[in-house]
Amino acid sequence: MGKTTNLLFTGVGGQGTILTTKLLSSALAEVGNDVKMSEIHGMAQRGGTVNTQLKFGDKVYAPNIGEGEADYVVAFEKAEALRALPFLKKGGTLIMDEREIYSMPVLLGQQSYPATWNAEVVAGDYKIIVVPASKIAAELGSARNANVVLLGSIAKLLGVKISIPDKFGEAARKAYEAGEGAVS
Amino acid sequence: MPKQILSGNEAVARGAWEAGVRVAAAYPGTPSTEILENIAEYRDDLYATWTNNEAIAAELAFGAAVGGMRSLTAMKHVGMNVAADPIFSGAYAGVNGGMMIVSADDPGCHSSQNEQDNRLYAEHAKLIMLEPADSQECLDFTKAAYELSEKYDMLTLLRLTTRVCHSKSVVELGERIAVETKPYNGDWTKYVVLPVNARRRHILLEENIARLRADGYDSPLNRVELNADTSVGVISSGISYQHSREAFGDTVSYLKLGITFPICDRLVRDFAAKFSKIVVIEEGEPYLSTRIKAMGIAADAPDFVQGELNAARIRAVFGLDGGGEKADASGLPDAPARPPVLCAGCPHRGFFYALSKRKGRFVGVGDIGCYTLGVNPPFNGMDICICMGSGFAIPIGLSRALETQGDTRRVFGFVGDSTFFHSGFNSLVDAVHQRANVCLVVLDNSITAMTGHQENAHTEKDLQGYQVPAIPIERLVLATGLDTSRLIEVDPIDQTAMGNAIDAGLTNEGVTVIITRRPCALLKDEIKARGTKHCEVAADKCIGCKACMKIACPALAFNESAKMAYVADTANCTACGLCKQMCKVGAISEVR
Repeated sequence: MGKTTNLLFTGVGGQGTILTTKLLSSALAEVGNDVKMSEIHGMAQRGGTVNTQLKFGDKVYAPNIGEGEADYVVAFEKAEALRALPFLKKGGTLIMDEREIYSMPVLLGQQSYPATWNAEVVAGDYKIIVVPASKIAAELGSARNANVVLLGSIAKLLGVKISIPDKFGEAARKAYEAGEGAVS
Repeated sequence: MPKQILSGNEAVARGAWEAGVRVAAAYPGTPSTEILENIAEYRDDLYATWTNNEAIAAELAFGAAVGGMRSLTAMKHVGMNVAADPIFSGAYAGVNGGMMIVSADDPGCHSSQNEQDNRLYAEHAKLIMLEPADSQECLDFTKAAYELSEKYDMLTLLRLTTRVCHSKSVVELGERIAVETKPYNGDWTKYVVLPVNARRRHILLEENIARLRADGYDSPLNRVELNADTSVGVISSGISYQHSREAFGDTVSYLKLGITFPICDRLVRDFAAKFSKIVVIEEGEPYLSTRIKAMGIAADAPDFVQGELNAARIRAVFGLDGGGEKADASGLPDAPARPPVLCAGCPHRGFFYALSKRKGRFVGVGDIGCYTLGVNPPFNGMDICICMGSGFAIPIGLSRALETQGDTRRVFGFVGDSTFFHSGFNSLVDAVHQRANVCLVVLDNSITAMTGHQENAHTEKDLQGYQVPAIPIERLVLATGLDTSRLIEVDPIDQTAMGNAIDAGLTNEGVTVIITRRPCALLKDEIKARGTKHCEVAADKCIGCKACMKIACPALAFNESAKMAYVADTANCTACGLCKQMCKVGAISEVR
């Protein structure tokens, strides 16, 4: 059975994880891969965690991935990166934005937000790449394009090129290029 | 033919269009909703509509099928409980144009109240059941569903699960088939299920099932994959097949059943005879394995009745290699919980906050919708919530039980506008008719919000964008004969008015109905109208009392070191003004 490359995208409802995964899926299919993408939404739209999973290779069967099976985890939010880490395989790569979005238990003071955990990581058997996507996107004109920055980064690592649709605007195209630049 | 990456739901919609479907009806429900949303796009070729509930959708589709058109109805698994009545008896009557029912089950309860396995419905209601395993099969099986439905004069059930509905994969598209509408023959001996007809139709139905069971042997929907290892044969269907494939790999052989009711016993026996060991892999109820074992085949069928299946669970049971080795992330802190919450600007927050201030004086009964989130702290708005429409019916029984034991708390039931039309209205009629002592609240946000903003009987546009009459809730309420003094309409964000309405509901004898009116803050028109309007907390005025934090708005945060509240998320703040009403020192103001 051919091996697949597995990715998990994680963020908070409204951050654009699903759209990002969609664009990347299309690009990977265009260069001849079998592709499956899985998303879970519903309650997640109400400020909860949103995960999408993407698998590609010669032939993909199950659309979802298990713990320890992700070659890449792409995190749009810092606490969500932490939550998704069990999915990362030994030797895998975590790409994350440093954006912090406080959940209700944090806002209510019932739980604390682990603000500095990534600084404490001594990357042993996995790689961690911090891409300050929200900051980059804001500097380029729209903080909403943070997902496009991360898209640029992961696409670059996977060796595919995504043409950003014109309707996304010039800021998005620049955001994509900045994302590519952030990992080269 | 062109290829596209489609979700299972998108592929079902495409397949239905290609199959020449002319009528599609549904009530929204995750994970099925996108089927109707996508099929509605073919505005020139078919009629697609939301109905008030799943039974109506099934009946409407049945009517179109009897009238000679190919029709579709789609629902989430629990929706099939609502639609069961027309489906069970419609199965006896059979069809004229083909009819397909889509059931989207939700193993793992990703967005549902239970994990019911609707494969059991197929056998019980006597429906042809097809189980696609990816998006391409969603398209192909949908087309096959109509051929089978018409050939065997049966209703077809396309049984999906969340992972099939919401996974995207590459699909080869086809063309729309030109299907003529069949003449309507009005054959009452077929379509009127009087006992005399039903008894005869039942015999015919069983004959049709037997015919299809035998024909399944040669159907391309069932697939045998013979591989090198001749010791193990795996039998599976739907998404469970994909997980089996991941876990067992390329060496063992597979019988992938596409038609899972009726199961072709000859096909299963032939396959089983080739191997020393037969394994049945299925997510949910032991549906396949029970029937395969009843054929006298010894099958190893692990129990996956609870939760979503994945390859890792199969590997664990059979001691198979493969799967992942986790990166060592020890020593890191836990991520804080991120439960779903009412959005910033949500009108329901105003209602639940006002209600929570009257803690101890009410018992809340909820329903299915965004407002179910009112159960969470700090609102703790309900003790009970089980199914669509029950928010208005449970209070009738509960209030009697409480009164009997001297519990003087008033029972409050709440449903959304869409849920009111789904089945809440029927219960309201009962509450008034039975002189119940309850307060029933319609949380009207002008849309079916939880499933992603679908139109309902209360909106002026329908699913395909046509102008339609909006049915006024208040007139339906008063049509029960309820005194106008017992109907209170209120903006839930206005805490004075909202509080007064709840107080009336707490003290009135008999039924009080409150309609809270304010559109969902995420509606496109609402977003456009408010532009960049949001709230700000004046640093020089805030005294750090945290009164505004009591409303649990995700746009508001508190800086512990500076001892002051601030609007952390100005993009999501809608300036609804609820926090402003909490502030006793006037520190919060609206800005653009």
